[in-house]
Amino acid sequence: MRRIGIDVGGTNTDAVLIDGTTVIHSVKRATTADVTTGILDALAALRQHPATRGKVDAVVIGTTHFINAVVQRRHLQKVAAIRLGMPASAALPPFCDWPSDLGTLVNGEVFMLEGGHDYDGRPFMPLDTAGVRTAARRIRDQGIRSVAISAIFSPLDPSGEEQARDILLEECPDIAVTLSHDLGRIGLLERENAALLNAALRDLAATTVSAFRKAIADSGIDAPLYLTQNDGTVMQAEVATQFPVMSFASGATNSMRGAAHLSGLEDAMVVDVGGTTSDIGQLRHGFPREANSVVEVGGVRTLFRMPDLLSIGLGGGSHVDPDTGRIGPLSVGYRLTQDALVFGGTQLTATDIAVAAGLLDIGDRARVQHLSAGLITAALENARQQLEDNVDRMKTEAGEVPLLAVGGGAFLAPEKLTGCSQIVRVPHGDCANAVGAAIAQVSGETDQVFRDLSRDAAIEAALTIARDRAVAAGADRDSLKTVEVEDMPIAYLPGNALRVRARVAGGIATPDVRDAA
Amino acid sequence: MSAQVRAPALREITADEIEALAIGAWVLGTGGGGSPYLGLLNMRRLYAEGRRVQLMSPLDLADDDWVAVVSNMGAPLVGQERLADSRNTARAVRMQEEINGIKFRAVMSVEIGGGNGVQALMAAAELGIPVVDADCMGRAFPEAQMTSVAIGGLKPYPCTLYDPRGIEAVVTKVPSWKWMERASRKICVEMGSIASTSKAPRTGREVKDWGIHFTTTAAIRIGHVVMEANRRHEDPVAAILASEGGLKLFTGKVVDVARRTTEGFLRGSAVVEGLEEDRGSRLELSFQNEWIVAWRDGKAIATSPDLICVLDSVTGNGVGTETVRYGQRVSVIALPAPAVLTTPKGLEHVGPRAFGYDLDFHSLFQPSEGRGA
Repeated sequence: MRRIGIDVGGTNTDAVLIDGTTVIHSVKRATTADVTTGILDALAALRQHPATRGKVDAVVIGTTHFINAVVQRRHLQKVAAIRLGMPASAALPPFCDWPSDLGTLVNGEVFMLEGGHDYDGRPFMPLDTAGVRTAARRIRDQGIRSVAISAIFSPLDPSGEEQARDILLEECPDIAVTLSHDLGRIGLLERENAALLNAALRDLAATTVSAFRKAIADSGIDAPLYLTQNDGTVMQAEVATQFPVMSFASGATNSMRGAAHLSGLEDAMVVDVGGTTSDIGQLRHGFPREANSVVEVGGVRTLFRMPDLLSIGLGGGSHVDPDTGRIGPLSVGYRLTQDALVFGGTQLTATDIAVAAGLLDIGDRARVQHLSAGLITAALENARQQLEDNVDRMKTEAGEVPLLAVGGGAFLAPEKLTGCSQIVRVPHGDCANAVGAAIAQVSGETDQVFRDLSRDAAIEAALTIARDRAVAAGADRDSLKTVEVEDMPIAYLPGNALRVRARVAGGIATPDVRDAA
Repeated sequence: MSAQVRAPALREITADEIEALAIGAWVLGTGGGGSPYLGLLNMRRLYAEGRRVQLMSPLDLADDDWVAVVSNMGAPLVGQERLADSRNTARAVRMQEEINGIKFRAVMSVEIGGGNGVQALMAAAELGIPVVDADCMGRAFPEAQMTSVAIGGLKPYPCTLYDPRGIEAVVTKVPSWKWMERASRKICVEMGSIASTSKAPRTGREVKDWGIHFTTTAAIRIGHVVMEANRRHEDPVAAILASEGGLKLFTGKVVDVARRTTEGFLRGSAVVEGLEEDRGSRLELSFQNEWIVAWRDGKAIATSPDLICVLDSVTGNGVGTETVRYGQRVSVIALPAPAVLTTPKGLEHVGPRAFGYDLDFHSLFQPSEGRGA
């Protein structure tokens, strides 16, 4: 299995080719405004290496394109919101907790109709099919092309959302429909927010993915395209066009997965030191631990499956206080090669300290000869202290764990940290994110309430659903492993109600039908 | 507890105070009651529409005034899908007026802790009557008999329950508060495990005698010190302790959470492993919806009714028993219980034995430090 992994970050576009589990070659190129050019550059550079020519089985891309669109309020489209569950939740309609600028941009129209379910699976109210039809006609007349449908307790019973979608498609055959249960867990407002954001990104997703396809085809590569998700797994490109919010993935997710792969460690702490920040996370069974709470994206509350990360202002471009040796949080960022002392600039940075200390050999070492041994020691000690404190904050068990140091600024990690059994550095660690993209797996998830089952039976039922979903998403059934199981009894609910969340992941199944790249 | 300042008879609650109330109510929720966030969204909408809520001192109630006692009852999980709606709360109150042929002078919350800390404001904004600066718990508790009015032996009925589908129910008469809990819980479950309720109406005299006073103000004050500490990048937990005369019990990281449902409640325990000065020790927190007992290295160091609050060490926000998770860095603090809860009769209702623990209650605080009247 030969795969190309590409990570399109804010500063760099990294590309790697892996064969089986071996990294054959990795390259870094500057990210470009149109994204596509950067990918073309990186692929051209990658293909210069003779071993990278020949057949490629898959191309996997990780990108921050979609999350940036939300954060920067760009490339978003008008959306109609259909909420099923009246007369409940009427006081808090769709968009009610959005930042007003984003709401104004995205909110085309809101329809609140009867429907939805109770926690025990009984219909809350019969679905107002006539109301859905009327809404569909109005949406069509207004020229809105993307709709988000959310129904109360749809994660337990999605039939109401599906019925409404079918009626919509009868009236507006070309409309893009997002169903909330495909995107979220219990928590109507957050799940609906995810669906609304997703609906607002559908056009952008279609154009971005087709640009990716074109860049790959223009590079002479004939292989199916996948996009990485927030949790470090992949989805087929045509699915990604339907669920752009699932690709909000940060480069850090791919970095952590790449670090796990390159080191062979499945349970470890990871620090990805970039130019401006260090992202600290925890690997469990080879996957980033997820944040278990509300994640705000561009000011909108969601419950996306995002890695639980701590970002601190410590990176290769961080300013260093010449008096105290304190590093960060300010950084020269992408201007490192102009502003740092070793590149002839005037700003003392963490990179200059590393060069002076002999940890790194870039730029002109003569320009940092004047730095005192005391300052170098103080700065490196400050970096050590910051990493030690924050790695400890992210650890979830006592005892010593290995720490994987990756990213372009990994030289800032010392050889020893209290609480860490060892500091592990890996070859190709500076392109760990692209490696993570290349080796990404396919996952399936369940999150629902089971009643009148023993705990073991409920967990098994949840795992079965998760496995089926993973296979439907393109995973090879035989390679599936359980990534996470979490169960929670529910206060007040009868019948030993147990909410079970389960996630499984496995390798990409060999495609029977080639994705039309 | 800082000295009580007599509030003016009526004053308008500001939008900023409601934001603070949501934070403070979550701290006083002692792990239960659900996050006040959805109630806060209701209040933001009502204030945006121009509604305003007046806060009234309980001491300014006339003896024969009627006060509505509201709460959103049910499973926090259901509250995440069937979202709090001020109009439902208001309808439950109107039902009481219709049944009893009375007009309410004001409304108060059964519990200041958690989401119900905001419910009274929602009803008040809809009905155009004031909120009484008082509640019946000074915190949150899981059951109907765990209130100051139950401890006072006041009449437990009638209780109205409302579901927005147009289902209206009344528990007309019961022989005890425990029966009120059993009967109303059954109805609530049939309504989908959530209901807007208005408990037995109280007279002004009863609220003056048995209400726990100035708890709305306390929640707002706690919210403000948390907001202010975060603004100044100071320690919000220390700010709460200083403001409320609390004690820090433990600082650490959650390393285990075990949950189970028995008799329809969320029970279980969370284990916190010590950091900083508590390194080497473990604190186990037992809960029934709310944090009930804290055990340090196997020995009970705090129990209900003293408030055991688990707070996010960084933000000072409350951490709920349903949301506490591995790896969270938390500060566990104790706040003094309202005096009425620590009387012999009070302890029968809300002491450790009421929750099935064979422990005597030893308050961490001097009796004079009791919160409220």
